[in-house]
Amino acid sequence: MEFLNSIFVKPFADMVGAPDFLLQVLWEGLVAGVLYALIALGFVLIYKSSRIFNFAQGIMVVFAALTLVGFHEKGVPALLAVPLTLLVMFILAVAIERAVLRPLVNQPDLILFMATIGITLFLIGFGEIIFGGENKVMITEQLYIPTGSFEFEPFGGFVSIEQKDLTAVIGAVLLVVGLLVFLNRSKMGRAIRALGDDHQAALSVGISLSTIWVLVWFIAGVIALATGIVWGARAGVSFALEVIAFKALPVLMLGGLESVLGAIVGGLAIGVLEKLFEIYWGQPLLGGNTETWFAFVLALVVLLFRPQGLFGEKIIERV
Amino acid sequence: MLYRTVGQFKTSYHADHALFPVKQDAWLLGLILLLAFVVLPATANEFVFKALLIPVLIYALASLGLNILTGYAGQLSLGTGAFMGVGAYACYKLITIFPEMNIVVAIALSGFFSAAVGMAFGLPSLRIKGFYLAIATLAAQFFLVWLFEKWAWLYNYNSSGAIQVPTLTMFGIPVVGPNATAIVQYYFVLVVVCLITWFSINITRGRIGRIWKAVRDMDIAAELVGINLMKAKLSAFAVSSYIVGIAGALFVFLWRGAAEPVLFDIQLSFRVLFIVIIGGMGSILGNYLGAILIVALPVIISAVPRAFGLPIGSAMAEHLNTMIVGATIIGFLILEPHGLARLWAIAREKLIIWPFPH
Repeated sequence: MEFLNSIFVKPFADMVGAPDFLLQVLWEGLVAGVLYALIALGFVLIYKSSRIFNFAQGIMVVFAALTLVGFHEKGVPALLAVPLTLLVMFILAVAIERAVLRPLVNQPDLILFMATIGITLFLIGFGEIIFGGENKVMITEQLYIPTGSFEFEPFGGFVSIEQKDLTAVIGAVLLVVGLLVFLNRSKMGRAIRALGDDHQAALSVGISLSTIWVLVWFIAGVIALATGIVWGARAGVSFALEVIAFKALPVLMLGGLESVLGAIVGGLAIGVLEKLFEIYWGQPLLGGNTETWFAFVLALVVLLFRPQGLFGEKIIERV
Repeated sequence: MLYRTVGQFKTSYHADHALFPVKQDAWLLGLILLLAFVVLPATANEFVFKALLIPVLIYALASLGLNILTGYAGQLSLGTGAFMGVGAYACYKLITIFPEMNIVVAIALSGFFSAAVGMAFGLPSLRIKGFYLAIATLAAQFFLVWLFEKWAWLYNYNSSGAIQVPTLTMFGIPVVGPNATAIVQYYFVLVVVCLITWFSINITRGRIGRIWKAVRDMDIAAELVGINLMKAKLSAFAVSSYIVGIAGALFVFLWRGAAEPVLFDIQLSFRVLFIVIIGGMGSILGNYLGAILIVALPVIISAVPRAFGLPIGSAMAEHLNTMIVGATIIGFLILEPHGLARLWAIAREKLIIWPFPH
């Protein structure tokens, strides 16, 4: 009885009892969710246009953030360092397309997936040689991101919202809106979607495979830089950031591998739910640190009922 | 030349289906076994045993387990590290609860625990396919490692949170633990690996192996010809996790000597997956070739600059190693997506028909 009570009653009583704390937890979860959604978006873009499950997205986040900080350390002004980093990400996209993807066209999905793990390892080693392994501070102030916090007192309690988190959320929303407009309205965006639907048909109407792949990897690089700045401002820049790539995987499962909307909804849902679970069930009952697996187990349960995720394309199999 | 098949006539189907239809293959295997059982132990020193021979065998065993699941039954798994952990912790609990138990029995039994866990996490494979399944197995990876850390009963409530291998003897000779000599451990691992390899070769070319291959190639078609998908997939998960669990037990008991949960994290899963991919999916030989490459590469990378008189820091060597492993993986995938085993198969084919090109 005591046990059931601690699972089914007490957490909800705690939530109602301290609504300001609940709000704070929800906000924290939401911010984390925005970041998961951003990384998942990078995955989805590449998967949609090339059927490559890009494991390197996480390390691209780290790499972009480290490059930005590295440029700034060399004395480049922060606002100039951003376009320079974008240039580096573009060169990286071209290099990956030339050296890895082009020779592997038409190989099975699994081979391409392994190749992206190869890219991940290469970038980890390469990045550590160039930038060193130590933790660095993101140049938040130099990029004119406000660092104060708003404080509210709802229900007689206390809720604090950091301005950089708010900036992150607004920035992410703008990025997503821009991306959707680009994908749905521009010629290039339509080419990306056409390539996602059918490679051969797209090629036969004159869409260049290699141009689009470079473009897609570059957009993934831009998203990686945005994620890197935001997450770096919260937790510092180091190779430990790479683990957040794993957090994007259950988001993909939940939302579906092909769906931009799914990545956003899935990201927000997982960010909020795992925070709630950790605070109200994980820490009191299970000894904490449940965030490492909760999202995966949640996604697994959802997948048992919808094997293609919430928003994924229905898989029709023919023999 | 060396691979002349002239004069080796098969007069029955039985002879045609023998394990080694070409005599030279059997001689080659005999030569390799001679090398493994006699020549290497006679010449190797402690460092070679500990840094090269034992890890190669254990990684090859783990990747053999994963290969059965991924290469033969077509179910991609990223939870190998955690399943190795289940084997290691199960073995540790068995040894500490029943101190009289023979180490061979304990290791053999510990495989069943990881087989059960593997089957439980294999259940979603009946509904989830491809990359979705791969991510689903990551749930096992992260959940189990978390469990190893939080469930204090598993490591007998000791304060370090790690498991420590006690000294155990067989026929009066210490086999595991701090007092065991490397050569004894090497022989122990070698015998286990040989037995399981023999078992795997036969299971994969028999009825069950063919069922797995049919499921891998197209599961719906396999179902239509009357294969029970549930049995096929779960049996693959069970056999694979059993072997992986034993590899995990050997990993801790015969090599590392102690283990903490972080040892079984996702990096270990990936390392084993690399061995499978580089060695060749759906090949038994490939596991050994891949394991040799992955284990030897760091040793070579740290040795080469020293040979040229260039001092290189250990951190730098590690980063270079990561980078070169990544580049090697990409290189091998481009060169031969089917792995080292396929390269050997091509070379062997060429040797058989030499000096003619076709």
